[in-house]
Amino acid sequence: MTETDASTSDGLDFAAATTEPVSDWTTDYDIFDPDYVADPFPIWDDLREGCPVAHTDRWQGSWLPTKYDDVVALARMVPELSSTDPIVVKPPSDDTSDPNAYSTVNAPPISSDPPVHTWSRRLILPAFSPKATEAHEPFTRQLCRDLIAGFIDRGSVDAAGEYAQQIPPRVIAHLLGVDPDRADDFVEWVNGVLGAGLSRPEVRQHYRTKIREFFMAEIADRKANPKDDLISELLAAEVDGEPVPDLHVAGTCNLLLVAGIDTTWSSIGAALWHLATHPADRQLLVDDPSKLDNGIEELLRAYAPVTMARVVKEQTEFQGVTFEPGDKILMNFPGANRDPEAFENPDVVDLERQRNRHVAFGVGIHRCAGSNLARLEMQVAIGEFLAAIPEFRLADGAEVTWAGGQVRGPRKLPIVF
Amino acid sequence: MKIIVDSEKCEGHNRCYALAPDLIEVDDYGYASAIGDGTVPPEHAEAAQLAVDNCPEYAITIES
Ligand code: HEM
Ligand code: SF4
Repeated sequence: MTETDASTSDGLDFAAATTEPVSDWTTDYDIFDPDYVADPFPIWDDLREGCPVAHTDRWQGSWLPTKYDDVVALARMVPELSSTDPIVVKPPSDDTSDPNAYSTVNAPPISSDPPVHTWSRRLILPAFSPKATEAHEPFTRQLCRDLIAGFIDRGSVDAAGEYAQQIPPRVIAHLLGVDPDRADDFVEWVNGVLGAGLSRPEVRQHYRTKIREFFMAEIADRKANPKDDLISELLAAEVDGEPVPDLHVAGTCNLLLVAGIDTTWSSIGAALWHLATHPADRQLLVDDPSKLDNGIEELLRAYAPVTMARVVKEQTEFQGVTFEPGDKILMNFPGANRDPEAFENPDVVDLERQRNRHVAFGVGIHRCAGSNLARLEMQVAIGEFLAAIPEFRLADGAEVTWAGGQVRGPRKLPIVF
Repeated sequence: MKIIVDSEKCEGHNRCYALAPDLIEVDDYGYASAIGDGTVPPEHAEAAQLAVDNCPEYAITIES
């Protein structure tokens, strides 16, 4: 579900998913329920105590673990659990003779299992190492400063739409070597896949096809004119002496666009929401910017945005329940991060927390490959914002809206300063 | 006191590298290892403990 404009340039319906009220969260939860989207924390707390692995038949059925140890154990359960279908609501039924079939656009490595996962992840890791990531800092910092300069004199801004949402599409464009002026298109496409598309498979398919076509054209262009960018690098790479197929490169670019944008703007937005509503925390970071690094980790823990799914391959007993082949399991990293058995006072946001093994970026073999870049973007985005605008709060009567389901973050965040 | 990174467990979160850059190095793929033989000088003992306490994979240990 997403709160962006209900109509898009392609005329598809982006309105929030329609849901029936939930009376029993243990057997009938709904990840698109407006209460769950707005404030899932008390729901997870109740489930953790009474029913740590909940089940629902809604949205084609899924399981929802809420304890840290369970989520971590499930994330490590390879190959019993597969990553081939990380979104709960299934894609439209596939006609593989159709060149636009959903399954022709994969998203390796997030949608892959070993052995394909192993080499397709290794292919992109060097582009996201700490050293490679540092190279994107000047670009990111200048981008944030320019965005702030565009609204600072106004005294008010939608910090989600006009700031958080503007940063990751341009950083990813810069990284991939594609036109940053297409940022508005990227935002729409990504909303189509991970926003509205989560509950509407036909919307998801439409935008996946669009993204694939875009990258196939970029790939054709790089083959003719190689550049100093990640697309050219992926095309030049070899695995076992063979070049990587074009569709694989397009799939990985698709993933980097989708995984790199929605997630990061959600985290930047949630961090700004927290700072707009918790003046003491804001002051702490203004007074001592050296606390930003640790503070960002705590904000990632408290407001982790991403809940990908696994699909069960072999019947598996787990904590008293039986997963059957085909069942979906939500990797509830955000819920794990609020487990009192893993974190002292988990519902207190303590920007100076010292022990923080949070799993906002997942855990195990699918650990977010872009985590260093995401951290850089958050540190620069929040650091620059606080340096330019040390005092801000929610606008009077502000209607903050959140997107949720499998990626949670604010979509409208009106603040004044 | 020595810091030890279990390369079987490390998934490259790089928290240790951010928290204890004097003790940890990372390769081109982001996987961590201890610098040198892992000896932790007293002034870096706190950083070593932070690295242990923030690795989501429980890949780091300290040996006294
Ligand atoms: C704060 C922002 C972000 C968060 C919270 C986040 C979270 C996650 C999570 C939880 C996973 C694991 C999914 C699973 O276990 O199935 C993941 C995977 C991934 N993320 Fe991120 N992500 C963020 C930003 C980024 C960025 C900026 C990029 C790159 C441009 C990126 C690229 C990836 C890739 C490539 C994977 C797949 C790794 C694999 O399957 O081996 N992410 N992310
Ligand atoms: S924090 Fe842990 S998993 Fe991450 S790089 Fe260090 S040792 Fe590896």
